[in-house]
Amino acid sequence: MTCSLSGRFCNGLVWFAAITLTGLVAGDSLRAQEQAALPPANSYNLEQVAEINARIRATWGEYQLQPSAPATDGEWCRRVYLDVLGRIPSYVELKAFIADTNPNKKERLVDSLLHDEQFTEEYARNWTTLWTNILIGRNGGNERRSLTDRAGMQKYLRDSFARNKPYDRMVYELVTAKGSNKPGHENFNGAVNFLTMKLEENATQATADTTKIFLGLQVQCTQCHNHPFNEWKQKKFWEINAFFRQTRPLRRYLEGTRELDYVELTNEDYPGESGNPADAEIFYELRNGFLEVAYPVFLDGSELNHSGFVEDVDRRTELGKLMMSSEFLDKMIANRMWSHFLGYGFTKPIDDLGPHNPPSHPDLLNYLGQEVRKADFDLKELIKWITLSEAYSLSSVLNESNTMDDPMLGETPKFSHFYMRQMRAEELYESLLIATQAHKTRGAYEEQESQKNEWLKQFVVAFGTDEGDESTTFNGTIPQALMMFNGDLIKKATNMEDGSFLQQVADNDRASAAQKIDYLFMAALARQPSKAEVGMANRLLRSRMDQARATQDRAAYEKAPVASLQDMWWVLLNSNEFILIH
Amino acid sequence: MFVPTPAGMNRRHFMRHMAGASAMTIPALSMGQAIAANAADLKKRRKSAILLWMGGGPSTMDIWDLKPGAVTGGPFRPISTTGDMQICEHMPQMAKQMHNMSIIRSMSTREADHNRGRYYMHTGYVPNPNVEHPSYGSVISHQTMDQRPELEIPPFVSVGGGAEGPGFLGMAWAPFAVDSNGNVRNLKMDMDDRRLQERMAALDLVEKGFISQNRGQAAVDHQKILGKTYKLMTSSQMEAFKVASEPQEVQDRYGTTGFGKGCLMARRLVESGVPFVEVNLGGWDMHTGIHATLADTKLPELDKAMSALVEDLEQRELLQDTAIIWMGEFSRTPRINGNAGRDHWARAWSVVVGGGGLKGGIAVGETSADGTAVETEPYSSQDVMASVCKGLGIDLETVFTSRSGRPMKIANSGKVITELFS
Repeated sequence: MTCSLSGRFCNGLVWFAAITLTGLVAGDSLRAQEQAALPPANSYNLEQVAEINARIRATWGEYQLQPSAPATDGEWCRRVYLDVLGRIPSYVELKAFIADTNPNKKERLVDSLLHDEQFTEEYARNWTTLWTNILIGRNGGNERRSLTDRAGMQKYLRDSFARNKPYDRMVYELVTAKGSNKPGHENFNGAVNFLTMKLEENATQATADTTKIFLGLQVQCTQCHNHPFNEWKQKKFWEINAFFRQTRPLRRYLEGTRELDYVELTNEDYPGESGNPADAEIFYELRNGFLEVAYPVFLDGSELNHSGFVEDVDRRTELGKLMMSSEFLDKMIANRMWSHFLGYGFTKPIDDLGPHNPPSHPDLLNYLGQEVRKADFDLKELIKWITLSEAYSLSSVLNESNTMDDPMLGETPKFSHFYMRQMRAEELYESLLIATQAHKTRGAYEEQESQKNEWLKQFVVAFGTDEGDESTTFNGTIPQALMMFNGDLIKKATNMEDGSFLQQVADNDRASAAQKIDYLFMAALARQPSKAEVGMANRLLRSRMDQARATQDRAAYEKAPVASLQDMWWVLLNSNEFILIH
Repeated sequence: MFVPTPAGMNRRHFMRHMAGASAMTIPALSMGQAIAANAADLKKRRKSAILLWMGGGPSTMDIWDLKPGAVTGGPFRPISTTGDMQICEHMPQMAKQMHNMSIIRSMSTREADHNRGRYYMHTGYVPNPNVEHPSYGSVISHQTMDQRPELEIPPFVSVGGGAEGPGFLGMAWAPFAVDSNGNVRNLKMDMDDRRLQERMAALDLVEKGFISQNRGQAAVDHQKILGKTYKLMTSSQMEAFKVASEPQEVQDRYGTTGFGKGCLMARRLVESGVPFVEVNLGGWDMHTGIHATLADTKLPELDKAMSALVEDLEQRELLQDTAIIWMGEFSRTPRINGNAGRDHWARAWSVVVGGGGLKGGIAVGETSADGTAVETEPYSSQDVMASVCKGLGIDLETVFTSRSGRPMKIANSGKVITELFS
């Protein structure tokens, strides 16, 4: 997979050549056959959007799939807010979009979410959350005596996303960073937090994560052994590993104590495992017990001077430079972003781009990678192309022809409809705040984040290994349902004390009862209620009044209208339709 | 005959779950009453399993397969047991229970990475990007649920985290994670029954509206979970989680550590009819100072809780129908590294099983004098799984169908370890 100087290299080349050729053929034949049944897709005069649409349509043609109908304005608007800002649109934002009659209103909204100053903080917050989880996990920095400072990592990322730092620059900084990990300290460089915890055990975790996260190359299972069919893989792991051997996380203690204050990541001369820094090699053990030697060699075979003196060669900086020119950098970010917006990447898992795991749309993956490089790794450009694509605009309602286009069934995704997915825990949290307008009374940024963290902890289950493995239980299980039924946040969201969101809705004299119900449906689900649902709302109101009457509870009788709104609000927040991105 | 459906369930299972889901607005009694007549009969033959999961990879040659005198052997001495084998001196209570348990000393696997090892040992399959395989807990609870139609709490309980998911069997078979105090967060709803039922009915209406638009399986699954959740909130079976209601003497015998409480909870859950409980004891990833940690903290904690569990199950005559599996994702290198620790080693190691129709008191297989290699027939994750399934009376010819339509034999066609049945 990873271009090496050994025998496998040839196969790798053939593989790449093959997909490039198929790419061309697919694109041409598509234009030739032009799917008669489909009206032309809007590409907003963007070349990249047109290409995406053409190539995705080509697959539909091959598999004889009719795409689902377009999503409603409400659905699309909700989707794009969730995916770009990490929250649902407010009622006002939603109404404004639906009311807009401009034919290019989608493009205008995307531009606004990406570039308007009012959204900068939310944009940065969302992508910081996503990338913090990618780089250090949901649990990173929460452990006792952790060498990771979560706040430091987030500070770096927030700054990067707020300024729309080119992605390649960000990767380079993360891989080569030096400095102290905690805000407020001299030489603070939050980027170091990506690596500070990953250098134990001869930096094996740093090796595995760097290649997997940024290049989509999974070498971690070859650490201890060769893959049965690829003789060079174990060597590859240790050759990349050699790049990290000059790097040290230095623990700095509070003066006069053994209490960790912060960590400083630095590069030091590396003597090599046999103590000769001029030829600083590492050894690794083969399964048969023999030792092999490795030096820093990149995936494409580029090899560094063997010196371990930082003055001669700064190995990590050289690694950063080599990564910048790797085409896997392009493809990985394209795949990651596509998967974020469309629910599935071109490969599964998205960070495994090896030849044993061929992508569903190789030509499109290559194309997007090349385009994002041409655009100087401006992630906002990539987001714009993807969110304005036809595939992203489709409904999640299946039709007769595309029911089988279900990656859950093990099929490769064809993107003939929108794949529904659950909100991430963080998205749910932010959306609940929006839906109840609780966001308007939020405190300082750090305070907000720590409140959110507290809430998120209930979804994180850590395992007892030193790799910081974790999973979240936020995936449609009973604990999650219980949390949505009875949890604190829901209690707050459905609170009906004076001045609360629900009381305000109830007290609004200018709105009719029907409009109030309408309002709640729009705020939670971005649509109007059905007839049956309006009936349900009325039944709830009658029942609350009946119950109050039966117990002769005057106060409860007066509260009956808001209590029935509370019931309905609880129902809406607990529905499928709220919790899913659809 | 087993007729698989795409979701991996046979028709009986499917119907039962539909019944459970559509009952979401009805008080949860009816089904229990319907089967009350033959409940005693069902209870007699219901099988369970408890997996004691040792996250991080415990060094089995320091616990179950000692090598005294070998350079690699470490400082621990072997002691005799009530079974036909010796174990580590720091497991004195377990030594008294080993007539009930057997050690498979000839485990030889290939996954020495934590994630891959955990997946492999939990499922019997190596990770594959195209299929998510169901874990032990999901498979066994799925296969034995027809023995307990009265069960209202989830059939697969995971105490203290660590369990793998249900894979293609679907969310209905996902592990229900609780902490070791048995607290189920957010269980209590502060509301009168009538109002709660009205809310559930209204929710059902909105759910059905969305599902009827043909949006695929995820929407349907969500509705099922809501039904089960409602049932759970109103179930008296939740008492099983309350370890604190046990006599203090019993709690002390298991130990007041998280793992101790988890083992006690496992016993209570099995008594209440839960078919699968996984109890997690993490912290075995000992690359430094391994022997001090084992002797001072880990082994005493394990010894106390595990022995109390085996003893109680035997005394209550539950052991013959309850399999116990003790394992981690792999073991640790015979070679002791420069930090007085041991690194990852999957080539030769031990798993301990007992109860549930499996023979106790024996050591199956042997490793070499220095512990580096298996010298008898090597066994794998799927062999352990197949043996446990056989012990529980689960048909090894059972075939699941993955979401992509690929047929998969239960326990990945593992071979039964015959010594455990002779």
